[in-house]
Amino acid sequence: MENILNIKDLTKTYQSAGRTLTVLDDINFSVAAGSTNAIVGPSGSGKTTLLGLCAGLDRPTSGLVELNNINLGSLSEDQRAQVRNQYVGFIFQNFQLLPTLTALENVMVPLELRGEKNIRNRSLELLDKVGLSDRGHHYPAQLSGGEQQRVSLARAFSNAPQILFADEPTGNLDAETSEKVVKLIFDLNREAGTTLILVTHDLELAAKTQRILRIKGGRLVADQLVENA
Amino acid sequence: MDNNPINTRRRINLPWLFEMAWRDSRRNRSRLMLFISAIIFGIAALVAIYSFRYNLENDINAQAATLIGADLEISAGKLADASIKPLLDSLGDRRSQQRSFVSMIYFPKSKGTRLVQVRALQGGFPYYGSLETTPVQAGQNFKTGKMALVDKTLMLQFNARVNDSIKVGNVTFLIAGVLNKAPGQTGITSGIAPLVYIPLQYLEQTGLSKKGSRINFSYFYKYDRPINADKLVKGIGTRLDRAGMNYETIETRKEGTGRSFADLTRFLSLVGFIALLLGCVGVASAIHIYIREKIASIAIMRCLGVKASEAFLIYLIQIVGIGIIGSLTGAFLGTFIQHILPMVMKDFLPLTISTDISWLAIGQGVLLGIIISILFALLPLISIRNISPLNTLRISYEEINLIRDPLRWLVYSLIVLFVITFTYFQLGSWMGSLFFTIGISIAFLILAFTAWLLMKVMRLIIQSSWSYLWRQGFANLYRPNNQTIILIVSIGLSTAFICTLFFIQGILINQVNLSSGGSQSNMILFDIQTSQKKAVAELTRQQGLPVQQQVSIVTVRIEKINGKTAEQVKKDTASKISPHAFSNEYRVTFRDTLTPSEKILTGTWIGKAEPGKEIPVSVEEHFASRNHVKVGDHLVFNVQGVSVPAIIASTRQVNWNRIQTNFQVVFPTGVLEAAPQFHVLLTHVPSAQVSARFQRAIVRAFPNVSIVDLGLVLSVVNDLLDKISYIIRFMSAFSIITGIVVLIASVRISKYQRIQESVLLRTLGASRKQIFAITALEYLFLGTLSALTGIVIAATGSWLLAKYSFEIPFSINVLPAVILFFIIALLTVVIGLLNSRGVLNKPPLEILRTNV
Repeated sequence: MENILNIKDLTKTYQSAGRTLTVLDDINFSVAAGSTNAIVGPSGSGKTTLLGLCAGLDRPTSGLVELNNINLGSLSEDQRAQVRNQYVGFIFQNFQLLPTLTALENVMVPLELRGEKNIRNRSLELLDKVGLSDRGHHYPAQLSGGEQQRVSLARAFSNAPQILFADEPTGNLDAETSEKVVKLIFDLNREAGTTLILVTHDLELAAKTQRILRIKGGRLVADQLVENA
Repeated sequence: MDNNPINTRRRINLPWLFEMAWRDSRRNRSRLMLFISAIIFGIAALVAIYSFRYNLENDINAQAATLIGADLEISAGKLADASIKPLLDSLGDRRSQQRSFVSMIYFPKSKGTRLVQVRALQGGFPYYGSLETTPVQAGQNFKTGKMALVDKTLMLQFNARVNDSIKVGNVTFLIAGVLNKAPGQTGITSGIAPLVYIPLQYLEQTGLSKKGSRINFSYFYKYDRPINADKLVKGIGTRLDRAGMNYETIETRKEGTGRSFADLTRFLSLVGFIALLLGCVGVASAIHIYIREKIASIAIMRCLGVKASEAFLIYLIQIVGIGIIGSLTGAFLGTFIQHILPMVMKDFLPLTISTDISWLAIGQGVLLGIIISILFALLPLISIRNISPLNTLRISYEEINLIRDPLRWLVYSLIVLFVITFTYFQLGSWMGSLFFTIGISIAFLILAFTAWLLMKVMRLIIQSSWSYLWRQGFANLYRPNNQTIILIVSIGLSTAFICTLFFIQGILINQVNLSSGGSQSNMILFDIQTSQKKAVAELTRQQGLPVQQQVSIVTVRIEKINGKTAEQVKKDTASKISPHAFSNEYRVTFRDTLTPSEKILTGTWIGKAEPGKEIPVSVEEHFASRNHVKVGDHLVFNVQGVSVPAIIASTRQVNWNRIQTNFQVVFPTGVLEAAPQFHVLLTHVPSAQVSARFQRAIVRAFPNVSIVDLGLVLSVVNDLLDKISYIIRFMSAFSIITGIVVLIASVRISKYQRIQESVLLRTLGASRKQIFAITALEYLFLGTLSALTGIVIAATGSWLLAKYSFEIPFSINVLPAVILFFIIALLTVVIGLLNSRGVLNKPPLEILRTNV
């Protein structure tokens, strides 16, 4: 299977109070297209930074991030925005819906950006898939946390991404809702054949993926395949 | 897999950007409207002034003929001589003559006297418009007998009625009618020198037209067929110039009137512009906070693939949208306000002003509003480009270093350039607009620096031993999301502006009071004939009044300056001498010593002319610079027809602020003693009663002698300053309202900023009283400091104006400043508390639900 993501010698440092802080140190791995992957590690280990770099939200200090054969480090911020719009879907811990847009409009935005047609019906279909077809005209503040995350899921899949990045997708949800959302993520992922990379503390959730990348102190300390995933 | 996957040429999808701007504004529209309301009053002020200006221009064009009353007016300070008389008699199909001069008149019924402008009229003037009188026919009939028209304010002042009589010189006239309006007359001119019309045929009998009297001779012409009066005067201009005569046509009067009102409306536009600038600072500050609140949304959009330029455009569209709404609202309000302006300015207007809707003014106002709201909003908007999508994963608290952003400096430069250019179009002078911009910038900087200093000082001085309420109240001044800078700048600038007006008015009035106070001369008697000189002085002493100064005055003209006549100067394009130097009449004196108000600057004072030598004269410094002459230059004076060559022996500095006779040119003794002359006497009257008694005695014994009572001048100056400051205050009210709107907007923004912590405090058990006290302390401190800084700026500005512009002593009228201080401080606290009442009165959970 061809790789959709290649990470080579990836390092990220920050300047803080005159000191250089190394958040990620010489990370190397590749992700096969259509696979499901989890990045796990303790707080402050650099998982979210790694996710941000893989998704093209930030530039590495050194090393290579290649998404869909595109070297993200060589692109401008606007070009990376285009890459995200064309190939990437996001799910965030705190949902990150646009508060002034209705649920339906939130789902429509990525498609509108691509200038596609018939987006309303497609977005309604997606909302229907996540069980919110009757809540399309509601604003995020009028939805529960679980509902907001389901809208966020519909939005993430609306542009038929090749890769989906999820940052602690159940971090703000109760156990029951978490279960439903996780099921939806994996179902939709399977259905669309999307590559999944999720960052989590939750080892049980990580175990649902095919592969677990373990990070500690900014270094990749383990890379294991999960059996029966 | 796709190897060329990035569509880097994605076009900007404008309809989608508009849709996103609309969607994004959904929960913020009322707040956005509040932000933009800060520019509404500035735009309203400008549209009102522009509409007034355009209507005035149209009205001047339509009514110019009634301003002058004839097709052509020729005037001079002397009777036309034989060389020019045939020309004057050949002009026009209908002719009128008028002689005007100032003189005392006497109301026998009330025994009152007053210095007025007498116009002795013959002929059908005015040919355009009319002498508006009550009864109407009196305007024409008074010329048929010994009758007069008397200004309505005079009639009221002396409780006179039609058919009463007035005495002008030696002749008693029947009051035929009340003069309501004469061509070109304004409320102000009638207040300073009220008019009395008498028929010309009785002027001789009054005894007021003797040689040496200062009379202006006017000739009015009306053509029955349409003529080009300007073409006509071009042909005869040289002859009229040579005869020392001035001329005016409908066109020149139109230009003159238009010019003076252009100056007034330009000044008022600047006052309106200050209100607009103030509003824009408020808008910039509000948008800055708005964008900070939008960081999360912008980061999400960036994450989903929105380009930096697209995110920037989404918010720019919002700003343009509310800019248009704000500007249109301002223009609508301005169009309404322009109906009030003619009422505010009625005393200054020589004609009836229409209040038509001026689409040009509305267009200019709306365009200006949009440009300026974009310019000022750009400052916070350009930071959108730097908002990283990474904010979706973790909100960055690191401030982006905007100081290094070249675009930010470009926007600053554009704002400064715009202010200078706009001011230039108002003032017509680059230097003036540069000074205005620098002045405004300095005031802004002082206030911003004060706010910054306050925050620094507060951080240092707050002690942990203070009570919690005091610590929290004062800490609010420097904690994140504080409104200290914007509130101090906006409140301080409004205070400085209004306070400067009070200070300057006080300084000018004090100066007039000082000039007439103590034992200084406060009454001037002029037009005293040589034969009356001794008797007038005698009568003054008989009344128990001192004769403080007696001066002889001779009227002269300049014939040549350094050998060049008026015609030669006109032909010589390189000459810096103004032709007016030759057409002006100069009233000069002769004496052998300097007065205490004079100081020799260059050359030597020579008090006595030596026979056979050139006559050594002393000229005042401004006279010398205006006419480009210096010590050693030669002048030839025409003294009542006789050429008198003179040399400039010295230049003098003259203190014109002292109430005494001062002169531009002083001759030595031994030259002008025999020339036709009149005399001036200065005295001091201790009270209004003594003044009235003395004036009555003088008018009875010497009807030709005119009296200037400084007490009356003082009241006229007071009245005039009141009227001027009323207009300025009316316009500056827009700045104050803008200041209040900015205050409300800023306080409301801070409410949104502080709502979380206020709710948290309430949840933790803080009482309403405690939150009330914390809020009150914060705004009390902001209000008092802003008002105080504003007053200090006003005092400094007034001191600079007094010292360098008016050249008079500086004094402060403390009372208005103190009152203003308390009003501003109180207003700030009240608005602050009113806006926080939502947090105070509602349960915490309700607020959290509605605002989060």
